[in-house]
Amino acid sequence: MSAKNPEYDFKWCPGCGDFGVRRSIEFALKEWSVTKSVPIENTVVVAGIGCSGNLVHLLEGPQPFGIHGIHGRTLPIAFGVKMARPELNVIVVAGDGDFLSIGAEHIGPAAQRNLNITCVIMDNGVYGLTKGQSSPTTVFGTVTSSTPFGKVEGKVNPLELFLGHGASFVAGGFSGKPRELAKLIVQAMDHPGFSIVNVQSPCTTYNDTYDAIKGDPKKGIAPLLYDVPPTHDTANWEAAYKLARSPGVPVGILYQNPTSEPLERRMETMKKKARLQTTQQLVDALNV
Amino acid sequence: MPKQDFVVRFAAEGGAGVVSASEILAQSASQYGYHVQTFATFPSQILGGPTWTQARVSTSRVLSSGDEVDILVAFNKEAYQTHRSEVRPGGVVLYDSASFTPDKDKQAIGLPFDELAKKSGNLRAGNMVVLGALTRLVNWELDFLEQFNAKRFSRGRPGDEAIVAGNKLALRLGREAAASAEMQVGQLPPPVPVSYAQILLNGNTAIALGAMHAGIDVYVGYPISPATPILVFMERNLMGPGKFAYQASSEIESINTILGAGFTGKKAMTATAGPGFSLMSEGLGLAWMSEIPLVVVDVQRGGPATGLPTKTEQSDLLAALNPAHGDVSMPVIAPGTVEECFYAAVKALNWAERYQGPVIILSEMMLSERSENIPKPDLSKVLVENRKVYTGNNGYRRYEEHGVSPMPLPGGPGSYIANGSEHDPFGDTTHLPDRHIHMTERRFAKLKLLEDGAWESKNTQHSIAVMPWGGEKGSGMEAYAQLEAAGVPVAWYYTMFLNPLPPKLLEELRSKELVLVPELNYMGQFASVLRSHGVRAEAITQYTGLPFKVRDLVRRVTERVQAGNKGRVKV
Ligand SMILES: Cc1ncc(C[n+]2csc(CCOP(=O)(O)OP(=O)(O)O)c2C)c(N)n1
Ligand code: SF4
Ligand SMILES: [Mg+2]
Repeated sequence: MSAKNPEYDFKWCPGCGDFGVRRSIEFALKEWSVTKSVPIENTVVVAGIGCSGNLVHLLEGPQPFGIHGIHGRTLPIAFGVKMARPELNVIVVAGDGDFLSIGAEHIGPAAQRNLNITCVIMDNGVYGLTKGQSSPTTVFGTVTSSTPFGKVEGKVNPLELFLGHGASFVAGGFSGKPRELAKLIVQAMDHPGFSIVNVQSPCTTYNDTYDAIKGDPKKGIAPLLYDVPPTHDTANWEAAYKLARSPGVPVGILYQNPTSEPLERRMETMKKKARLQTTQQLVDALNV
Repeated sequence: MPKQDFVVRFAAEGGAGVVSASEILAQSASQYGYHVQTFATFPSQILGGPTWTQARVSTSRVLSSGDEVDILVAFNKEAYQTHRSEVRPGGVVLYDSASFTPDKDKQAIGLPFDELAKKSGNLRAGNMVVLGALTRLVNWELDFLEQFNAKRFSRGRPGDEAIVAGNKLALRLGREAAASAEMQVGQLPPPVPVSYAQILLNGNTAIALGAMHAGIDVYVGYPISPATPILVFMERNLMGPGKFAYQASSEIESINTILGAGFTGKKAMTATAGPGFSLMSEGLGLAWMSEIPLVVVDVQRGGPATGLPTKTEQSDLLAALNPAHGDVSMPVIAPGTVEECFYAAVKALNWAERYQGPVIILSEMMLSERSENIPKPDLSKVLVENRKVYTGNNGYRRYEEHGVSPMPLPGGPGSYIANGSEHDPFGDTTHLPDRHIHMTERRFAKLKLLEDGAWESKNTQHSIAVMPWGGEKGSGMEAYAQLEAAGVPVAWYYTMFLNPLPPKLLEELRSKELVLVPELNYMGQFASVLRSHGVRAEAITQYTGLPFKVRDLVRRVTERVQAGNKGRVKV
C-alpha cells in the first residue's frame, strides 16, 4: 500500500535483503490466490517490529490484511487469528531479534501445537531498526554498537532451534533469489502445520554479510550458502537436524513432517468429546 | 428470640470438606427459600493448611458475609483457637470431640463427627452429621436437608440409595446429638418465598455465563488464582462450531492471542489476576491503538507482585484505568455483586464491540469465590450488540473518521493494517503531528459511546455522600441501611461503570461537599480518581486482605459525617 503513500515515511536502505523477501512474498501470495482461487484478502500478514516488519506496509499489488503489532508477539497474534478463523491464510514476517530474542518464548508452544501458519524470518544477524545492536544470530566475537569489544554470546542456530522445538516444516532461504524463495514460501503455506522459512536477508548498513553468504572468488571467500542436496530425505528428522548443524547455510526444505496434523484438526477431534450445552441450559443447571 | 439471619463458619485443615459443607448448606437453604451467601478463604498450599468457609443464611437478601459468627464448626484444635474469638456472645461452637476438647467453654458442644458418620453407614457423611446438628441449633426442621439429600445424591448410579439412606441417618444422628446439649442460637423464621426464579452461583461463573450470553467466540487464558475457574469453565463449555477455548503459555500470549481473534471479527476474552494483568500491559495498549474489540477480566487479589494470591483487595483500579504507557484510558466495569458480574460481562462485550477497543472487567477474589442466590436472568431480554462491519469496496480509509468507523474483516473487502504505531487512515505508520493529534482525539472520542452506564442514588438531599465501588457494594449497602435507620445524614451513590463514569452521576457528585469512598486499598484509588474528576472525595481504606466489616463501616462513616468536610477535602 504504502510505497505511494505520502504519509508513510519508512524506507529500507539500498541493497537491504528485505526488498527481495518482499518480492518473494508478493509472488507467493499471487500464486496462492490463483491456485487456491481465494482472494488476497483471505491472507493476514502478521508483522514484527523491526526493519523487517515494515514489509507489511511495503507490499505492492493487491493488499492482504495486516497486523503490525508489538515487538516479539507475532506468534501469539497469529495464533489468535488462525484459531479464530482457521480458513484464513496466516503469514508471520519478523526479524531475528523479534522472533528469536524477545519473542523466543512463543516458538516452542506454536511448534508443539502445530499451529498452521507460515513464518518468514528475515535473519540479518543484527538489530537493524535500532541501529546495529547484536542479535541472537550475530556471530560470536562480532563488534556491534552494543558489543564494542566483540559479542561474548554464542550464535543461535535458528534451523536447529526450530527443529528442536518440533516445528513440522523447516526451510532455509536467501533473499537474493526471490523466485526460489517464493517457491519455498508457497510450499510452506501448503504445509498443514507450523512452517518456518529462515531467510538470510542481509543488512547492508549494519551487518553486510553478502560476501560471506554468496562467497567471493576474487577475495577467496567460499560461499556459506548451498542448496539442500536432492538426495536429502526431508521426512527424516535426524538427517535434517544433522544438516542444520553442519557448516554453511542450507537453502531449501530441511524437514517436513509428512503426517503433520494441524492444531485446528486436533481441536475438531477433541471437541467431539464435549457435551455441548446452550447458555440457557448452563443457566438452568444452576436453578435453586 | 427471632433472628433474621445467621452465620455459620466451617474451619478445618484443608480438604476436610469445609467447602462442600458450606455449599450444601447454601444450596439446601436457598432451595428452601432462604437467601444465602458463602465466603471462602484458602491458604496457598494445595493440601492441608487452615481453610475456612462461611455461609450466611437469611430471610432477606444477603449483602455481605456477616461481621460475626453465630456457629463455628471447628474440625480441629487449631481451627477452634483461630476462630473462637469471632463467635458472638450467645453463639455456639460445634467441635469434633474425637479431635480435641476445648478448655471450659460453656458455648461449645462436642460431637464425634466421623464416629457418627460411621454409624450412619456412610463414612463420608461427616458433613451431614454437622448439618444435622446445625438444624437443631437454629431450630429448623430436618425436612429441607432431607429433600436436598434425596435430590442431590439420586444420580442414577448403583450406590445412590445407600448413600441417600446413610446421609439421612447421619443428619438425624447429628441432630439428636446436638439436641442433648440443649443449646440454641435463636430461631430463624420460615423463609419468605420470592416470586421470581433464582439461580445460585459464584462471581466467576456469573462472568463466564455473561460472556457466553454476549456471544463470546474465543477465550484464551493462563491459570492464576482467583481467575482460573473462568478458564476451566470455558475449556469445558466454549465448544461449539467456530468457538475456541485454550490455555495459553503466558498472559503475554493470552492478550495478544485474543487481539488476533478480535481482529478477525470474533468476540474474544481472557481472565487473569494482578500479576497476569501487569504482563498484558503492552498488548492492551496495542488493542487501544489499533482499535480491536476484546475483554480482559482482572479478578483482583492482594498485590503488588505475587501479593496475596488468595485474599481480596481493590488495589488494581489505577492499573486497570491506565494499564499501558502512553495516552490510554481503558473502559472499566467493576461489578459489585454476583448478579452484577453477569451483567457486567454482557456489557463489557457489548462495549468492546460498540467502541471497537479493549474493555476491562474489574472483579475481585471476594466476588469470584462466593456463591449467592440471584434472580435468574431472562436471557431473551438481555441485549447483545455486534460491531459495525465494513461492507464497501477495497481502498477503504479505516481510520479516517473522528469516531468509530465500520471494521473490515479478513476475507472481506477493505483490507487495512491494524497498527500499533501511529498510523494514517490505511493503518500505515506515520509521524505527522496532525495525524497524531487526529488519531489521539479519535481514540478518546470513542469513549463517549460508553456513557450509558446505569447508577443508583438515595437520599440525595444530603451534602455528604457515601459511594463504595466493586465488591464492597454489599457491605456498603448493609452499612448504609444502618446509617439510614440511625438518621445519619448521608446520601448513597453507586455505579459499576467506573470509566467512563456516567456524566449525570459525576455532575451530582461534584455538587457534594464530601463523597466518602470505602475501598480495600491503601492509596484510596477510586477517591483519587473522583478527585481528578473534580469531586471532593475521601477514601475510607482498609488493606487487610479481607472485606470490610459492616460495623466498622458504620462507625467510620458516622464519625466522618459528624466531623463534616469543613474544607478538609478540596479539589
Ligand atoms: C518491547 C520493545 N522493546 C524494544 C523495542 C525496540 N526495538 C524495535 S525493533 C528492535 C529490534 C529489531 O531487530 P530485528 O527483529 O532483528 O529486526 P530488523 O530491524 O533487524 O529487521 C528493537 C529492540 C520495541 N519496539 N519494543
Ligand atoms: S538498517 Fe539494515 S535491515 Fe534496516 S533497512 Fe537498512 S539495511 Fe535493511
Ligand atoms: Mg534483524
